[in-house]
Amino acid sequence: MLTAIPTRRTFLQAGAALLASTALPTLARAQAASAGGRLIVAADSEPKNLNPAIVASNGVFFVASKVIEPLAEASFEGKDGLSPRLATAWEGSEDGLSVTFKLRAGVTWHDGKPFTSADVAFSALSVWKPLQNLGRIVFANLETVETPDAATAVFRFSKPTPLQLIRNALPVVSSVIPKHLYEGTDIAANPANVQLVGTGPFRFAEYKPGEYYRLTRNDAYWGKPQPNLDEIVFRVLPDRAGAGAALEAEEIQLAAFSAVPLTDLDRISRVPGIKVITKGYEALTYQLVVEINHRRKELADLKVRQAIAHAIDRKFVVDTIFLGYAAASTGPVPKNAPEFYDADVPTYDFDVAKANALLDEAGYAKDADGKRFSLKLRPAPYFNETRQFGDYLRQALAAVGIDAEIVNADSAAHQKAVYTDHDFDLAVAPPVFRGDPAISTTILVQSGIPAGVGFSNQGGYANAELDAVIAKAAETIDTARRTELYRQFQKLVAADLPLINVAEWGFITVARDSVLNVASNPRWAVSNWADTALQG
Amino acid sequence: MAGRPEGGATDALPTAHKSAAGGMNRALRLIARRALASIPVLLIVVVLTFLLLETAAGDAVDAYLLSIGGGDASVAQSLRAAYGLDQSMPARLWLYLSSLARLDLGWSVAFDRPVRDLIVERLPNTLLLMGSATALSFGLGSALGILAGARPGSFRDRALSTVSLVLYAIPSFWLGLVLSIVFAVQLRWLPTSGIETIASGRTGLARAVDIAVHLALPVGTLALIYMALFLRVMRAGMAEVWGMDFVLFARSKGLSRMRIVLRHVARNALLPLVTMLGLQAAAMLGGSVVIESIFAIPGFGRLAQEAVSGRDTALLTGIIVTSAVLVIAVNLLVDIVYALLDPRVGATERGA
Repeated sequence: MLTAIPTRRTFLQAGAALLASTALPTLARAQAASAGGRLIVAADSEPKNLNPAIVASNGVFFVASKVIEPLAEASFEGKDGLSPRLATAWEGSEDGLSVTFKLRAGVTWHDGKPFTSADVAFSALSVWKPLQNLGRIVFANLETVETPDAATAVFRFSKPTPLQLIRNALPVVSSVIPKHLYEGTDIAANPANVQLVGTGPFRFAEYKPGEYYRLTRNDAYWGKPQPNLDEIVFRVLPDRAGAGAALEAEEIQLAAFSAVPLTDLDRISRVPGIKVITKGYEALTYQLVVEINHRRKELADLKVRQAIAHAIDRKFVVDTIFLGYAAASTGPVPKNAPEFYDADVPTYDFDVAKANALLDEAGYAKDADGKRFSLKLRPAPYFNETRQFGDYLRQALAAVGIDAEIVNADSAAHQKAVYTDHDFDLAVAPPVFRGDPAISTTILVQSGIPAGVGFSNQGGYANAELDAVIAKAAETIDTARRTELYRQFQKLVAADLPLINVAEWGFITVARDSVLNVASNPRWAVSNWADTALQG
Repeated sequence: MAGRPEGGATDALPTAHKSAAGGMNRALRLIARRALASIPVLLIVVVLTFLLLETAAGDAVDAYLLSIGGGDASVAQSLRAAYGLDQSMPARLWLYLSSLARLDLGWSVAFDRPVRDLIVERLPNTLLLMGSATALSFGLGSALGILAGARPGSFRDRALSTVSLVLYAIPSFWLGLVLSIVFAVQLRWLPTSGIETIASGRTGLARAVDIAVHLALPVGTLALIYMALFLRVMRAGMAEVWGMDFVLFARSKGLSRMRIVLRHVARNALLPLVTMLGLQAAAMLGGSVVIESIFAIPGFGRLAQEAVSGRDTALLTGIIVTSAVLVIAVNLLVDIVYALLDPRVGATERGA
């Protein structure tokens, strides 16, 4: 029923605009932008647990971030790259043992109860620290959360914890859920994990499995007059060609997370009324990485790893596999993280002759067939691009006399083979850089990680010097010194090549021109969309 | 006038209305026999499915942790304990079989919901999609088959046979996408995907029409592909009947060609078509992963695919058991129809 009103209004506006001639298009647009309306978006997965406080993953955030808010969101222009959400200010103590959050006043949950510091304390101690996939790392040393008043939460840590890490992690790990609905229940099985209740600009209205999620406007949102939209519908479209077709037929207005395949972008960008947007994923950078099993004696030799790094033509990978929608990598921290990124690291130009020379030096001469040794290569099946890079890598290795046999498997089988069984020599992986190297990046090269942990160092690599830098950075409070340690970390990784960073990419959004304020922050697709609007 | 040619047809097509009671008895015997025989079949299906998924690398926890971007070792361990995956394979198989014996299909770990609810939710969509597609392809296929078989070897026969074979050879995903681009994207006559308009609040007839419009493309795609089967069987059956004596007799009586084609030739070629219909209906009950994905229809095929990629043994086994029960039921139905049509079919049951 809500949608009928804006439709009629829009119709009247269209009529008025026709009468007034086309001389005032900007005025008409500005009015239309506040007209509400229903935004229909393509979704390709249906997470079984939609609670972002428990499952901090992009698939969950895509829907849930509109309903449940974090303490702060990533921002292009805000201080420290953050803009306040449920917290308005945060301050760390000198000793790194506490962080004080000032919370927003006048916020209510969707069920009408007031939001207070008790909700934050409950979320942190009962959910983020013990249950959340990333919170377990970031809040590992969190001991208590004091709530001197309803608008203050003081996080106390047992060991010095860098404020820089907490800050960088806030958008991802700090989704606050209502204490009054979760306390005393089995949190993992609470019905509110699907029927979400939050403080965000949209309420969770309806979920029809296999068809759609529907969110409706929260009229009592603290950020009034936002949100601009009346409704957001996430329509489940499992087929990627289907998302493009639905956009062209104007059945949906937006497809995020590269739901429209790269190969279709060129064509669809020329369809009138459709725009291709590459911004809005800066804080969700994915990295294309060659994982190496250092248990293989050939690969334990630095010269061989250097040779492989020289054998890869990064420009070809970016231009041909990613069709230009990516950047070549220099090391384990992407360029999109300027706070940490260090360009001054050892680099490996594409140089087949040098790669061959290094392999000869290492003592692996070519046999009569021109082969030096054989490897098992497992490309991760999660993205088209990881599979295609697997095919490319096989050819690139053949050019330097390494015979790579590609082993394809589906997601679960790949996960088990690489991260539990170590049944690989080389693997292609797409790890994510999550704003701070300590969240999900150092784990890729650190030693001593038990088997079975996905997206971690399962290649048996151990480097005491690197481990020491990682450990030191984890407890360094001073931001400048901590940043310097991560620059050192990048140099060490690029020099010793525990893995090879090839490229880094963000996703692509394809939207109808009528969708306004797309990509307004670096985590746009997984942010609250309060400012997103429909024109006309 | 009407009685004579009818009699000719009845002689050639041995219906059993003289002994309808005997036919019913045979049908009952059939049902009892089949119900008993289906138990070991189901058991084999369940155990094989379980073992097959067991041999696939990775389990439900691997699949789930992957979907959330990884987790540490203790998460994996506690999840395995919660899902019962830390128990031995025979123990889990026994647990599943004993719950199945109590008609409990178990709990889906990939969806965190009871398997029965998921199946009850998805089955109607697949039945609707596949039922309509089977009916349409049967109707179209047999009608065109009659056209082709009316003059075997004619230009019309060759043209129809060729076109249908070409359609049959087209991969379903390609045909689905092309039809979708033409009718949904370019012409915008039909929606690109979905089973009905999202959150439209339609009820009754309006909703039925909405669903029909949404199903037009997927049903059309499947029907075009499977039409060839029925067309070929019908045509082949008719070509065979043309050479028989009673047709010659009907001709010599001076009956019109139209009447001979419909009343005598086509009618006698129908029996193999019923067999085909039974087989095809059974094959279609599993749903179509490809068509359901392209057209975003939440059906059985897609559910099965999600069960496999999520390594969800209980869900996959539940889907397969449900399909198997439906297939057995359809086959039984076909046999009953046969028994009623043809006294020879039930006769062998008596001795067994």
